Amino acid sequence: MIPCNFFSLQSLWLTENSYTLHLIMADSSKLTEVQIGQALGQWLPSSSILTTAESKRPYETDGLSAYRQMPYVVVLPATEKEVQAVLRYCYDQKIPVVARGAGTGLSGGALPHACGVLLSLAKLKEILEIDVQGCRVRVQPGVRNLAISQAVDSYGLYYAPDPSSQIACTIGGNVAENSGGVHCLKYGLTLHNIWRVRGFTMAGEAVEFGSEAPDSLGFDLMALITGSEGLLAVITEITVRVIPKPISAKVLLASFETVEQAGNAVARIIAAGIIPAGLEMMDALATRAAEDFVHAGYPVEAAAVLLCESDGIPEAVTEELRQMTQILQECGASEIRQARDEAERLKFWAGRKAAFPAVGRISPDYYCIDGTIPRRHLGQVLQRIHLWSKSYGLEVANVFHAGDGNLHPLILYDASIPGAFERTEELAGKILELCVEVGGTITGEHGVGVEKINQMCVQFGAAELEIFHGIKKAFDPAGLLNPGKAIPSLQRCAEGGRMHVHHNQLPHPELPRF
Amino acid sequence: MSGELEPICEQVRSAFAERRPLKIRGGGSKDFLVSSAAPNILDMRLFSGIVSYEPSELVVTARAGTPLITLERLLEERGQCLPFEPPHLGLQATVGGMVAAGLSGPRRMTHGSVRDYVLGVRMVDGQGRDLTFGGQVIKNVAGFDVSRLMVGAWGSLGVLAEISLKVMPRMPYQMTLEWVMNEAQALKCMNEWAGQPWPISASSFHQGRLRLRLEGVQSVVDAAVRKLKGKEVVDGKGWWMALREQQIEFFSSSKPIWRVSLRPTAPSLGLSGTTLIEWGGAVRWIASDHGATQIQSVARESGGYAQQFRGGNSASPFPESPRGALQTIHRNIKQLFDPAGILNPGLPGFL
Repeated sequence: MIPCNFFSLQSLWLTENSYTLHLIMADSSKLTEVQIGQALGQWLPSSSILTTAESKRPYETDGLSAYRQMPYVVVLPATEKEVQAVLRYCYDQKIPVVARGAGTGLSGGALPHACGVLLSLAKLKEILEIDVQGCRVRVQPGVRNLAISQAVDSYGLYYAPDPSSQIACTIGGNVAENSGGVHCLKYGLTLHNIWRVRGFTMAGEAVEFGSEAPDSLGFDLMALITGSEGLLAVITEITVRVIPKPISAKVLLASFETVEQAGNAVARIIAAGIIPAGLEMMDALATRAAEDFVHAGYPVEAAAVLLCESDGIPEAVTEELRQMTQILQECGASEIRQARDEAERLKFWAGRKAAFPAVGRISPDYYCIDGTIPRRHLGQVLQRIHLWSKSYGLEVANVFHAGDGNLHPLILYDASIPGAFERTEELAGKILELCVEVGGTITGEHGVGVEKINQMCVQFGAAELEIFHGIKKAFDPAGLLNPGKAIPSLQRCAEGGRMHVHHNQLPHPELPRF
Repeated sequence: MSGELEPICEQVRSAFAERRPLKIRGGGSKDFLVSSAAPNILDMRLFSGIVSYEPSELVVTARAGTPLITLERLLEERGQCLPFEPPHLGLQATVGGMVAAGLSGPRRMTHGSVRDYVLGVRMVDGQGRDLTFGGQVIKNVAGFDVSRLMVGAWGSLGVLAEISLKVMPRMPYQMTLEWVMNEAQALKCMNEWAGQPWPISASSFHQGRLRLRLEGVQSVVDAAVRKLKGKEVVDGKGWWMALREQQIEFFSSSKPIWRVSLRPTAPSLGLSGTTLIEWGGAVRWIASDHGATQIQSVARESGGYAQQFRGGNSASPFPESPRGALQTIHRNIKQLFDPAGILNPGLPGFL
């Protein structure tokens, strides 16, 4: 085994935080994987510590498979005590730690650190308590999103946020990423559906954010923890809010001859005072791909399709469907279909939820983008994407959480063609910067991770980035927890030439310019 | 109406340079509850007005000094509202004060709190820097969620300048029902109904009467009214408004008034005094002569905390502090946003 040292650090994000780099050179360079494994063996069974290449291989990437990095050591603690012991040891030895749930994240947030411990929380998968009257469930982080809803189904309750990966993704990862889904306009993001989070700081100290009460003493640190991409603390227990299942849910499928008409229909529905449970748009390419894959009965000749779901008490659903149908007709829908029964409703949704893998079938590779835009700019944004798609010679399929403005353009490319990935990343970067330009954001629900770190320089000025680094330091002064992710260094932003002139203040004026 | 933030940045910069503490103040409607003793007032009412409002995007951006009533009227004109029903607690309440205080009204348990609707802020930190976090879109996970960190921080982390909020359509119809019962029965009903798909948007229990507000499309509310079989309250709207604004008689008690926030399924607290229960059992108000220590320990046992809401010390409103690692994190955060300790010094009192 070669000791981990500076020369094995090839990944560019490791140069992000100079203090981290310094620590790694100074300390963990002394220890081999086996030595770390042996030390951790004091607290964990040897079967929970992986040091060989073949055993670590499954952890070298997450849902963003374009980025790969073998971890130095993988540990799979089964209890909070073991998590704490691993953190204390790593803190003392100044070894970076990257926490991981199911590894379904799409921004490389769980990408391992070459010299770090990859801390898998997969074994912490118990549902600890179901409080039916209090409408809450206390779970360990490795519990799958869908498993929570299944556990409370017989009580007529469910957990609302439903990312497309909900069969596999874990609640710990959901909290770390503040995951959304197709129903968040009405039911909120992860942030709106959790009461309390327990965990440990990098130093191994127990911390608790939020409480069983509707508000708690102190700053709203749970707001910081949610979506913090594993940079602030390691989560070991979550109390989620579950809500009564709607008695009825019905979905409409509407086809349009132009994307503009569909976009207009979305704005009109919202302006009419309707908050649909789901409001999703797909363009022609995404619709055809999904139809070929799932055979949901989508109209493949349409330029855009809308899925409009209403849920609640039957009387309300009927009324909402009537109003939506009228608006869709007025906006020029060429066809409106209501799912005949629950089976067809699930089929309509299956097509939408499988849109990513469906696109994966028609192209050797695809690159998923996650910007959010004010909805009124949809037409303009799709037009620009269309023009760039032509000039780059790369097809783009668009899937859109239309209710909340979260746009997922999927760029189709072939990684085996030299330079194709680089051009794809360049196009993706341009699309994200366009999202910021029209008043939106570079990531609606997938997180920054390693993927969108350059675009953070476009969205935020130097002072804001400094605050983000300060927050990281407030929780993790040694900078060992998932270092280099989510927040770019000022130096990186300056060198990347991506200047965000914010309120007309020039960022980092202290740095020389060329 | 003024839209220039630079003069405020300049005031904070000079205060920072001179280590001169500032008391950030909107309309002063919540001074009775939390109020910094700093002598120099930074009056935010001069920084007011709506920056942008797009009803079809469900987003409004307002300057901090905008009277809350102005914002609510604007939303009402377009059939929208702030679903969390922020208590004004005075005619002068501002949008900035609403966010800084982080107080929510009767609809909190079913429709969320202030922080749930904050999408972004523009703010001035303790060094006078003009910073922007979050944005004007509903889904946004870029960077740490600093805008929501400001909610309930009572201006101790920055001067709020502009706030973007998610808004929702107003509900078209409401009805209030009432039942006569004791506290234990009321808590049981509240807890049971919370787990069922009723169109409930508020609940209260006071003086032997459980009240429930049902809200939504008329057909839905009517159907629920038929099934729940309570007595209809004639001026239901008036009750919930008076409760939200703390204008019912309970709040003029001569005894100290405590707000206990806790697990909604917690049994009756067993403290002597007059009580008022809200939020499906998750908030218990009590007018009582019991000592702070006793009330706090009862609150802790029920998974929550207690705060003296009336008749307390507004310069030190939170009698308890986070402990251990959390205390260090709190101090680090305060130090980060306000290194000279000039913003509302002494607040929120839990540092």
